[in-house]
Amino acid sequence: MNGFLVVLRKELLEGTREWRALATTLLVAPLLGPFLFVGITAFTMHQAIDDVAAAIEIPAIGAERAPNLVAHLRQSLIDIDAEAFADQGDQTARHEALREAVRSGEVEVGIVVAEDFAEALAAGQAARVWVVADSSSNRARPETNRVRNALGAWSATVGGIRLQLRGIHPTVGAPLAVLRDDVSTPTRRAYLLLGIVGYFVLFAVLIGGSQIAVDITAGERERGSLEPLLTMPIMRETLVLAKVLATLVVMTASLAITVISFAVAVQFLPLGELGMTANFGVVEAAQMFLLVFPFAALASALMVAAASLTRSFREAQTYTSIAMIAPTLPVVFAALRPMQDSVPLMLVPALSQHLLLSDVLRAEALDPLHIVTSVASTAAVAAMLVWLTVRRFRSEKLIL
Amino acid sequence: MIEVAGLGKRFGDVQAIEGVSFVAPKGRITGLLGPNGAGKSTTLRILATVLQADHGEVQIDGVDALRDPLEARRRIGVLPHGSSVYGNMTARENIAYYAALQGLTGAAAEARIDRVIGELYLEQIADRRARGFSQGQHIRVSLARCMVHDPSILILDEPTNGLDVLTTRALRHVILERRDAGCCVLFSSHVMQEVAALCDQIVIISRGHVAVTGTAHDIRIATGKDDLEDAFLAAVDLEDSD
Repeated sequence: MNGFLVVLRKELLEGTREWRALATTLLVAPLLGPFLFVGITAFTMHQAIDDVAAAIEIPAIGAERAPNLVAHLRQSLIDIDAEAFADQGDQTARHEALREAVRSGEVEVGIVVAEDFAEALAAGQAARVWVVADSSSNRARPETNRVRNALGAWSATVGGIRLQLRGIHPTVGAPLAVLRDDVSTPTRRAYLLLGIVGYFVLFAVLIGGSQIAVDITAGERERGSLEPLLTMPIMRETLVLAKVLATLVVMTASLAITVISFAVAVQFLPLGELGMTANFGVVEAAQMFLLVFPFAALASALMVAAASLTRSFREAQTYTSIAMIAPTLPVVFAALRPMQDSVPLMLVPALSQHLLLSDVLRAEALDPLHIVTSVASTAAVAAMLVWLTVRRFRSEKLIL
Repeated sequence: MIEVAGLGKRFGDVQAIEGVSFVAPKGRITGLLGPNGAGKSTTLRILATVLQADHGEVQIDGVDALRDPLEARRRIGVLPHGSSVYGNMTARENIAYYAALQGLTGAAAEARIDRVIGELYLEQIADRRARGFSQGQHIRVSLARCMVHDPSILILDEPTNGLDVLTTRALRHVILERRDAGCCVLFSSHVMQEVAALCDQIVIISRGHVAVTGTAHDIRIATGKDDLEDAFLAAVDLEDSD
């Protein structure tokens, strides 16, 4: 058995002996992460679906002045509490009490019907209704929008009737018909939710191998087993390659678990109810695994390089934490400023994998040139990192 | 046999060793003696090929250790100062790892592993994880693994540091046995009695130079002192007054 296999086998044996640490790195982020993501997403989706269907009740001041409006709101599943703040006295005091209740978050949205509402309506003028809401509250936004839309619909209906009474066709008052022509596909809409998958997969790869990378470099050095190892008849580059490969084995396991876990978890998302379809089956999972594999090679070289630069375990953990964030920065940038795939972007490792994963999830054709560029640039950076680590291992600074 | 000639090594502003020359013949135990910081470890680390010398020559059984470290490493067994074994692996696995790295395979490897386990009285703990081992057990496993490929040269850096009497005695026993088997044993220490009791030849290093070389008897004569400890101090002083 040659030295490379001897070292690789021993590092993996020792890694599995630390099974508690290994299980934590492989199970927490890669296995549970996707289910956690799906759980939270499914919860918010269900809530959104329920919110649209559920009846709500809102306080209304002066509702008795607008019986038709109230009837229309009821049809839109918006019930009216006409007695709200009745004990506050006159209209102004009740209005102020409602505002205070909204401000404190006790009430999400309420309406106030102006005292001259009935007169203005009868006179064919604009009758005033206040929607009391807090635009800085995310929680209140869906209800507020429902109330606004319902009021707008009633206004349009009444406006149409008024025009008809005057012998004018209602379309005269609506010169523009704004129609919806949505070119998105159910799969591309689903990507809005699943876009984070790519980022998560890259991160899971990095996290998966950081522990073993630190253990077999800085850890070995700190425990005092590195110096005797260096007196063995084995080339330093062989030693480094074996250590990188041991890290890569663990990272690959992490990658496979993450992708499979996502593929299973996504089936539990109620995407169909929102007109979405996830493009995430067995074939896509395999594609994602293969596309990200070169990144795992780069990540293992990066982790081993970062951990080799340090003198102690603790220092190595700091370095690898920084090294863990660095590759994901271009992905964050891409999320903030969405960009189209192009060959120059494929030159950036991590970003290229992220963009290719996005293509897979959106069911878009993969450009072979893009894949080749991504693999080549990622492999080149990985090779450079291995070379740096070999230099470090050849230097006597490693043991001094 | 180890032949060292004109070895020099500098760390930044500090000249760790300069012009170190000596010969450690086979079938002999050579003790490298000197106060803390004299350059013993630096010298041994260069011989062990983990440090590179600035200048000088090192021949390990006729192999130029500075130019062909890989070949030299097959001939040496090294116990670095403060080294340790892998805590998550058993004593036997630790030894087997080094056997495999030295290219031993199959039945030959098994036979060698069993042999060093016997030589260092490790049978009782051979299949236990090294994590809970005492200092003495640690050193014995370290020594067993560096001897597993039956090297013709043993380089031991302060092997008796922090050991109890029993382990020290076992260690001494192994060193003598190796010597009688024709090995060249080179070990460093700052404990006079130990060196006097064990070594066929002593190299006293002080401030990065070789102060005196010879048998304990030679050194007593050269320094005009009867007691070896006085002789040692005299040798170190001699070097200082240069």
